[in-house]
Amino acid sequence: MNLKLDQLDQIFVILNNWLLGYLPPVVRPLCSSILAIALILVTFALLFAITTVLERKGLGRIQNRFGPNRVGPCGFLQPIADGIKSLTKEDIVPNPADHVVHFLAPVLLVAAAFMAYAVLPIGRNMILVDMNAGVLYFFAIGSLMELAVFMAGWSSRSKYSLLGAMRAIAQMISYEVPLVLASIVVIMQSGSLSTVSIVNMQATYTGIWPHWFVFTPWGFAGFALFMIAATAESNRSPFDLPEGESEIIAGYYTEYSGFKFALFFLGEYIGMFATSAMAITLFLGGWSAPFSFLTWIPSYFWFFAKLLTIILTFIWVRGTLPRLRMDQLMNLAWEFMLPMTLLNLLTAGVWHFMPAGALRWLICGAMVVVPCILLSRGLKQRKKFQVRKYRFSE
Amino acid sequence: MSDATNLTAQIDINTIPALGKEQLLELAMGPQHPSTHGVFRMNVVLDGERVMKLKPVFGYLHRNHEKIAESETYLGSMPYTDRLDYICSITNNWAYAIAVEKLAGIEVPERAEYLRVITGELTRLQNHACLLGFLMQDMGASGTPLMYAFREREKIMDLFEGLTGARMMCNYLRFGGCRVDTPAGWMDAARKVVAEFPRFLDEYENLLVGNEILMDRTQEVGILSKELAINAGISGPMARASGVDYDIRKVDHYSIYDRFNFRIPLGERGDVYDRYMIRFLEMRESIKILEQAMRDIPDGPIVDPKTKIRGFRPKPGEAYGRIESPKGELGFYLVSDGALNPYRYRVRPPSLINLTVLEDLCIGQNVADVVVILGSIDIVLGEVDR
Repeated sequence: MNLKLDQLDQIFVILNNWLLGYLPPVVRPLCSSILAIALILVTFALLFAITTVLERKGLGRIQNRFGPNRVGPCGFLQPIADGIKSLTKEDIVPNPADHVVHFLAPVLLVAAAFMAYAVLPIGRNMILVDMNAGVLYFFAIGSLMELAVFMAGWSSRSKYSLLGAMRAIAQMISYEVPLVLASIVVIMQSGSLSTVSIVNMQATYTGIWPHWFVFTPWGFAGFALFMIAATAESNRSPFDLPEGESEIIAGYYTEYSGFKFALFFLGEYIGMFATSAMAITLFLGGWSAPFSFLTWIPSYFWFFAKLLTIILTFIWVRGTLPRLRMDQLMNLAWEFMLPMTLLNLLTAGVWHFMPAGALRWLICGAMVVVPCILLSRGLKQRKKFQVRKYRFSE
Repeated sequence: MSDATNLTAQIDINTIPALGKEQLLELAMGPQHPSTHGVFRMNVVLDGERVMKLKPVFGYLHRNHEKIAESETYLGSMPYTDRLDYICSITNNWAYAIAVEKLAGIEVPERAEYLRVITGELTRLQNHACLLGFLMQDMGASGTPLMYAFREREKIMDLFEGLTGARMMCNYLRFGGCRVDTPAGWMDAARKVVAEFPRFLDEYENLLVGNEILMDRTQEVGILSKELAINAGISGPMARASGVDYDIRKVDHYSIYDRFNFRIPLGERGDVYDRYMIRFLEMRESIKILEQAMRDIPDGPIVDPKTKIRGFRPKPGEAYGRIESPKGELGFYLVSDGALNPYRYRVRPPSLINLTVLEDLCIGQNVADVVVILGSIDIVLGEVDR
């Protein structure tokens, strides 16, 4: 029984090796990569399709309506209809636009988003490249997306696109700093930039409890900060200013239509999955099971379960919060996120050098919680915003 | 204002103080824009994202309402008034009916007055609920508050449908009364809707009034000073949010509002948050009025049977009838020369007059604030352009 479950866990690896066995050894590495790339492209494109339906249905339920329920069973074939629609729509390019850059921007966005998956371990032994600078590679690729966004905004020669691109660049660069700083704590602790060894470190258990980094004070703070920054990085509500539809229509992709528009949509979601997957890898133990007695369930199942949980949280937040303004967004990044991530680095250092025990928990916990409360209270006092009392005339 | 109505008017960039003229970006927000609440354009000059100058351009929805009314019979204009502010048709009917009743000296029976108050306050509820939803939508709340507000509006529109046969274009009032009496069971249904409405308000208050992002986005944004509000003739919740104690229900004592016990909420700062909250509190007061009116409503005729409806010719003269519509002072000015149709017919639209201060509110604010400020003014383009 145990052997069989192990086989199920490794089924994709076994299949891969079996297929490659028929090929001459010279082309094996190349074909292995191509197989893995094809698998990543198909899986995450499919996940994108499912997520669009889930998002529309989830938002619908939050807003007490039904969401799409006409195409296929319960509306789950809606993405196919959407895909056909966007493929058959006319592709309009504005006359003054820079045609080449206008075309390249969505392609680059999607390509960059997919490239990030090269270093994400989807299951045990399931990774395209186990790079020893994996985390660094991930963030480097992530900043390529900013270039694509700017290309889109600039080449459209539209004022709304330009405003959207301006906002997007300012926002993405500002939030890249806390994003990277929040993940450094994990690298400090694991002593490695390789995503595989980071996950392996977390996939051990004390009793039934896993050693996920999120279950430490600095890990929890790092995870929260990482997720806030990731929300801003992937332009999700309440940080969806670059495409704030009630203000600047659609931001940097205002002038895109048809399939290019769909590509932007795809790229954005794929990017969101990638940052979520990175958060899982860094803090939530990657593909490891949440309890030691659940390790018999295949590793890739846990990875996707965690990914879907984060996606559903994103949808929930989107249905709940109004949008911030640009200056408030910047204030949050530089006045709250940055000091907190720097403090978190210090906390991780203290944790590393203190002997294990309750005292370590107490000190490190206080080091995270107290500054957080003080900082947010201080920032709130400076604003002097409050719920008001009103007078009445008879 | 005069050149703002000129559609081709361009802003002279040289009149704007800025570091470098080449830094300014002129942007036409609208007429095709998701949050201009209809076909409305704002020519905005931006320095980065800061608004340096703003020019409202309207008239896209002009349909010659006033001139058409001069060639219609008095009653013939009644359904046209529905289309002015299409969210709250009954209060439009009411203002027009009051003007004509003044002109011709028609008395309104007791039950009809009660019905007018009930439908009018229901209209106020649905207008304010809608506005709160739309304002949150402008702030980018992806539709959730709007849908919650629309759920409540739907109940009130169902009531209107049961009473008048139409959900939005009610055409309910007649000179000297109302068109139809309530059908069986309608009053109980209305009581139920009114009794359930505070639950929605509580829910809304719990979820949104103390929301940090909401306070960040609305407090100290788009401040309208008390002086400017008075000088510009601003009326309705917008004036009261700036601290102007002016509610025509209390000032004119029209209809039977004297009989009800209700209060007028007043703001201090006159920013978007105050305008938001004043409407919120007004809904609670409206519920008080509704409860009292539904308790006291007498039996009797809904229209004086002797009133002549066909071939209605008022004596020569003039009259100005005004009410506190949900958006502000809605007035109709009529001049009669004794003919079948009015000699002059003029609307004082609260939306248009409240909109005139838009530039003063927006200068120095962010682009993102412009849509929120516009949303807080509460305009309906059907009434602005007429």
